[in-house]
Formats: sequence, C-alpha cells, structure tokens
Amino acid sequence: MTKSVLTTIGAKPLPQDTHSCWSCGSMRAAHFCESCGKVQPPVPVDYFTFFGLPPKLNLNVAALEKDFYELSRKLHPDLNASAGSNEQQWSLEQSSLLNDAYRTLKDPIKRTEYLLHLEGVELEEQSKSATEQARATGEIKKQIVPPDLLEEVFELNMQLEELRMSKKMGEDDPALIEGIGKQKLSLEAKHEALLEELQTRWNTWDSLIDRGHAASEERTQATSKMVDVLNRRNYIRNLVRDVNAALEN
Amino acid sequence: MATDRIVGIDLGTTNSLVAFMQGETPVVIPGDDGLNLLPSVVALDANNHPVVGNAARNSLIETPERAVYSIKRLMGRGVEDIREELKLFPFRLAEDLQPGEVLRIKLGDKTFTPPEISALILRQLKRSAERFFGGPVTKAVITVPAYFNDAQRQATKDAGRIAGLEVLRLVNEPTAASLAYGLDKKQNGIVAVYDLGGGTFDISILKLHDGIFEVIATNGDTHLGGDDIDNLLITIALDDIRGDLNLDLRRNAEAVQAIRKAVIDAKIALSSQPSIKLDIELPGGQHYRREITRDQYEQLIRPVIDRTVGPCRQAMKDANLKPEQIDEVVLVGGSTRIPKVRALVKELFHREPHTDLNPDEVVALGAAVQANILGGGSEATENMLLLDVTPLSLGIEVAGGVTDKIILRNSTIPASATQFYTTQVDGQTNVAIHVLQGERELAKDCRSLARFDLKGIPPMAAGIPRVEVKFLIDANGILHVSAREQRSGKEAEIQVQPSYGLTDEQVEGMILDSFDNAEEDFRRRQLIEARAETATILAALEKGKKSAAWGQLTTDERKQIAKMEKSLAAVNTEEDYQAIRKAIDLLNQGTMRLAELMMDTAVSTALKGKTMDETDLGEGPTAPHPMAKAEFE
Repeated sequence: MTKSVLTTIGAKPLPQDTHSCWSCGSMRAAHFCESCGKVQPPVPVDYFTFFGLPPKLNLNVAALEKDFYELSRKLHPDLNASAGSNEQQWSLEQSSLLNDAYRTLKDPIKRTEYLLHLEGVELEEQSKSATEQARATGEIKKQIVPPDLLEEVFELNMQLEELRMSKKMGEDDPALIEGIGKQKLSLEAKHEALLEELQTRWNTWDSLIDRGHAASEERTQATSKMVDVLNRRNYIRNLVRDVNAALEN
Repeated sequence: MATDRIVGIDLGTTNSLVAFMQGETPVVIPGDDGLNLLPSVVALDANNHPVVGNAARNSLIETPERAVYSIKRLMGRGVEDIREELKLFPFRLAEDLQPGEVLRIKLGDKTFTPPEISALILRQLKRSAERFFGGPVTKAVITVPAYFNDAQRQATKDAGRIAGLEVLRLVNEPTAASLAYGLDKKQNGIVAVYDLGGGTFDISILKLHDGIFEVIATNGDTHLGGDDIDNLLITIALDDIRGDLNLDLRRNAEAVQAIRKAVIDAKIALSSQPSIKLDIELPGGQHYRREITRDQYEQLIRPVIDRTVGPCRQAMKDANLKPEQIDEVVLVGGSTRIPKVRALVKELFHREPHTDLNPDEVVALGAAVQANILGGGSEATENMLLLDVTPLSLGIEVAGGVTDKIILRNSTIPASATQFYTTQVDGQTNVAIHVLQGERELAKDCRSLARFDLKGIPPMAAGIPRVEVKFLIDANGILHVSAREQRSGKEAEIQVQPSYGLTDEQVEGMILDSFDNAEEDFRRRQLIEARAETATILAALEKGKKSAAWGQLTTDERKQIAKMEKSLAAVNTEEDYQAIRKAIDLLNQGTMRLAELMMDTAVSTALKGKTMDETDLGEGPTAPHPMAKAEFE
C-alpha cells in the first residue's frame, strides 16, 4: 500500500439532476443506466436502499443473491476496465458498496445489527469501549451476565476450570467431559431459541414498517428488544466458543 | 486491437509463464528456447548484462554469487521478516541495508531490489510475447498467491511497472486456475483449488454460478512449497557429508547449488519411481552417494505437506462447508505432482482431485482468460466474472496496541470500511493512524501496512473535529485510503509512511532505466528489419532498371524514382526505422507502374514479388510462429 494510497478515492461526481444517466441522459439510471449500461456515480444510500429494498428484516436471501450477481455483472471493475477513468472510479466505488451491502444483508445477525445502527443504536461501540477499558485497566472484560443464566454460567465455568486442570495433569475425566457436553447442548438449544425470538422481533419490526411511519415509542421499543436478544445471543455464542475451545485443547 | 493485447503472466517462485487467448482457448507463449516455462532465475553475465531463465540457471552453479532464484519469497518483505529465509536460501543482501528499507540483493557487485529482479523476469516474458505477436506488449494481468498481503501485491505491481507493463489486474493464482478449468466446463457447484507451488501454498473455495466465479474463502501460507522439500533434502546431504567425510560445504555456494540441482532431480524422480540413487561429485573428486526410497522420502516430507492441512480446514470452516459439500477439487502447482500430496488432498476432501490441466501452466492460462475478460471479453469468456476476496483482515491499531478489524478476511473485493476519528487535544491538527493486516488480536502480531498522518485538520476544541477516513480494498487486493474532515468539509491530507515498499519516485527511476532498454531493444529490432527490407527493394530496383520496362517509363517517372531511391539510401544510414519504412513505402508506390509494366511484359518478377507479397497474402501463417529457430548442423 505504498503510493496507491495517494490516489485519493472520489472521482468528482458530475452535477446531477435527479437520476438521469450522465452519458445518455435517460431518466431510468440508478447504479447503472438501464438504457446504455454505463455505471453511474454512486449516491450515498443505506444498504437496503441500494438493493431497492424497504428497511425490513425478513428478507429473501436467494432473491438478494440473484440481485447481487446481476448488479455485479454491471458494476464490477473487471467489466469496466476499458471505460474512462471517472467511470472506472465509479465502478470501483459502486461495486465496493454493492459488496459491502450484500455481505451485511445476507447475514441475519449482521443485517439486524445494521438496521439497529441505522436506527441510531451502536452495539459495536458499547462492547468496543468496554473492551478497550478492560484492556487499559488490565482487567478481564466483565460482561453482564443475563440473570436467568447466572447459575448455569457459574457452574459451567467451574467445570471448564476443572477440565483445564485435569488436562494439565494429563488426566482423563469422562464424566466431566460428558457433563460439559450436556451443558453445551443446553446452550445450543438456548441459542436456537434466541434466534426464534429474534424472528418474532423481526416480524414486529416489519409490521411497523408496513404500517408506514410508526410512532417513535413503538420503534424504540422494537429496537431495544432486538438489542436485548442480540446481546444475549452474543453472550451465549461466546460461551459455546469457550466450551469448544476447552474440549478441543 | 494490436495496441491492446493484454497478456496473462504467472510470475512464479520457480518458473514463470506468459499466455494469451488465441481465439477461444488460452495458450502459453514459448520463450526463444521454445520452452513454455521460464525458470525464475536471474543472473549477471561477465559483462554485467542480466540473463534470465535457463541461461541464468547454469550461472547458479558456475557463478552462484552472480545469480538469484526464488526471489518471490522476498517480494514486499523487510529485512526483519526474512531471517528464516536467509538460513536456507543463498540470498546475498547489500551490506549497507538499513532496517525498514526495501531489500537489496547483490548480484556480482551490483544490487537490485526484489521488484527489479522480478521485473527482469517479466521483461523476458514481455519479449517472448512481443516476438510472438510481432509488436509491442504493454498490458498484463499478473497472478499472485491468494494469501499475498498488501505489501507483496504492491511489490508485484511495482515489478510490472518497472518492466514497462501496465498491470491491469493482479489475480489470485488459485482463482486464475479455476477460470482456466471453468472455461470448458460451465457448470455450477462448489470447487476447491489446492495450489502448492515452488514457494507458496493457497487454498481457495469457490462457488460457480452461471459463469460467476465467487470465492467464498481462501487461506494459505506464502512460505510453503517445493523449496521447503528441497531444503530438507539439501540439509540431509550436507549433514551426511559433514559427518562421513568431515567436509563442511555449507559455505561453499557452488557445491550447495550442485547438491540442490541433484536433490531436485531426485525429488521429481521419486514422484514416479520407488527409489532413487543420489550420486553427487564433491569438490576434491569424492562422491556423495545415497539411496532414497519413496517410503523414506514420504516420511521426510510429511511435516512439510502436513502444513497445508490447517489452512484447508480453516478455509472450509470459513466457507461453512463440510468436505462432502465440495463438488470438485482441482490441483495446481508443480508440487501437487507428488503422490503423497495427492493422497493427502484426497483424504482432506474425501474425493479424487482433478488433474486434467498441466499444473505448471493452468495459472498462466487462467490469467490469459482474465486478461481477455478485462479486454472486453469474447464468445469464450462471455458471462464470466470473477468475484474474489481479501485473504487477510484489515485493521487499525487502537488504544492498548489492539487491532480493531474493519474489513474481515474473505470479504468480497472491492470492499470498503469507514472510520471516524477525532482529536484529543484542543487545536490538534494531526491524527496518526496505523493500518494493519492480519488475524491476530495484538497490533504487534499483525503485519504493519503503513502509518498515516492525517494533516490539515482545522484547529478546533478537542473531540469536535470529525474526520471520516475511508479504507477501500480494490479488485487487486490493494488498499486505498482517503480522508475528509466533516465539520469543515476539508479533504484531510494523508501522509503515508509505508512500512515496506518502494516510493513512487523510486519506481519511476527504475522504470526509466529498464524501460529505456526495452524501447531500445524494440527499436533496434525494427531497425534491422527495415534495413533488410531496404536491401531487398533496392536490389529489386536494380534488376528493374536493367529490364525493358525501365525504358517504357517517362523521363519524369524515372527522375521521380531516382529521387526516392536516393532519399531511401540516405535515411537508411540513419537510426530512425520509421523514416526508413516511410521511404520504402514511397519507393514501393513510386515503382508500382514499373512493376506493372514488368509484369505485363513478363520480363521479370523481381518487383512483382515485392508488391504482391504485401497485397495478396492469402495463405500461410498469419502470425509469426512461436517456435524457436531450427538448428541445423
């Protein structure tokens, strides 16, 4: 990444009247012109809008993939390699936007997080600042344990510690491993249940969108419930990861 | 069309190739020795002229201090990265090398950076292509290991520029191979490409969908390949010789290279024979003899080839696929000829791997396919599109020396991420950003790509400025960065201190050096050809003057011809081949009537030959054939 960095991104967008094609003037242009096929300067839009979708969480991933492939065939730099330098730059920016949008929307969790971000909730920031603070003070990052999991997590941590000790001593404890395995199954079941819960939260959200501009009270409620589900899900996913690591080592 | 010939180049650790799409099929362009593979060896001859390929290979044994191989291992790396390589490879670094500086390698008493040495290889391939096409070649697609980081990619691009090539795209080697395979089998499904070459290992898993080649996951090791097997065998031989003969040859470059050549031959033979006998003559006339059975050999190399297992498992995990869900496995790279490697792949993916295409050539053929797509495509490549990924996560160093990943590995490229920065002190106008590449948690364990200084932030109270920094990985896998202060709308200036790599000015300087040479070479060839043509046409004219037709021309016509003849003779002694060609064309036109008259009267066919050749070339080869000159005794 030496000098390439100096080629600052951002070919100057041409003055635009609504969405007419810069090349042939057709009014049907969005990412590329429907009439002449030329790539258009990118317009800053959110990922849902980029795909022409409403900001809803139930999404047909197969249809999204089809759109992704179709747009790739128009926007990808490989297919605009002999275009003018402005077009090449737009093609680069448009296709990176396309890839970023597709990567985010195809994954149910990332999609939910992204929607929350659009709604002004910064999940990332919360955990990131907590992580940084923990590192700065040298403490182990404290996660808020969901109360209903408290007992289970406590027991699991004890068992994991025991497993590490017995492995250190070179001992084999089948009963312990079996116990941890059971805990893991129960955690995985909880994980599944949370995904189902997330689905019902999605449905609530989507119906709010369908009813047009929802009252902000309802909207806030819907998002905060999703934040709660995501936090619990992340917590359980991390636990399962720890268990897997302990069993594999 | 002639000006837009785009070639595909596989710049390999051991061998390099150049290919292009001939109609519907990609073909490898042979070198002037008639061979498809150009050994990636560079040496200086007695006159300090660089020689490349087989010619340089001899120099490895005779004058090893003037030759270098496997230079790809040093591309985009710093002196602190290559301690391990230096133990095993006879790279001679320049003595005055500073830490953080781009490496320089000694050949004789001259020094070259790795991109310059690679550029010499590229220039040789460029020449082969130019000879093949009979005209200049200036654009190329060059392949790189999928697992190459930003610095290694940038170094490869620099090498292209130095060689006088516009690098239209860097393509990942396994993905290129899949394009070559996909060309005639347009089916859908999941394909894994296992690419074990001379110095690098890649595994890529792709989803093929109606001509779209979408990479889902990639992994690898940029320092794992046939070289490592050679080094194992060399070490054993050196140990044997030291133990049995009390002869320490480790510092004897000639002897080490002779042993290296012998063990490589043995390695290749062991892919088809149950055992081989090594017999190497040592300095002093003694012989080192040893039998190696296939069993022993396979035990020996097991640790090397086992290092491919982890990346394969990780790629499947990242792709969220089980071996059963993979429809086909393709083998690429010379080291996949080893039966034990094939057995390992079969075990890993639960299926027999494909080996239909020559594993040495398939990457170059794929590069030619991609070159064709970039050039606007053809019937054969219609609907084909490659969607590749970035192999390594891109991160930013945050408080506490921690890596904050902003673009995750296996993201489809181009990909971007936006970060916001602010100031911590009132009136602060600069912000420093440290960009990293890698998967590790701590910044110190990741590859440092560059340090940026955001400058020119308008002075404001601490925390008020909001600088938007956009990171964008382009389709070559190379990072671009731009910044804008949002409150003032000012483009912030970015000053880059690349961790490794050449500056723009350095590359420019190198280009001029070698580009001048390349131009000079081309010009010289053109001049020789033009002068040969002058001789032909002047001889034909002499004949014409003695024919009856000459008398049938008017005095004016004869005067005109004499004038043209004189001016051709005059420019012919100068160096401008284009002026000579112009004069030849004029004389050709001026003698048209003479030729006609001669034909009419059937006196002579001397001039007819000249004009007919140019207008009526119906049969015979339409392109200069690629074979080497035949030898006759």
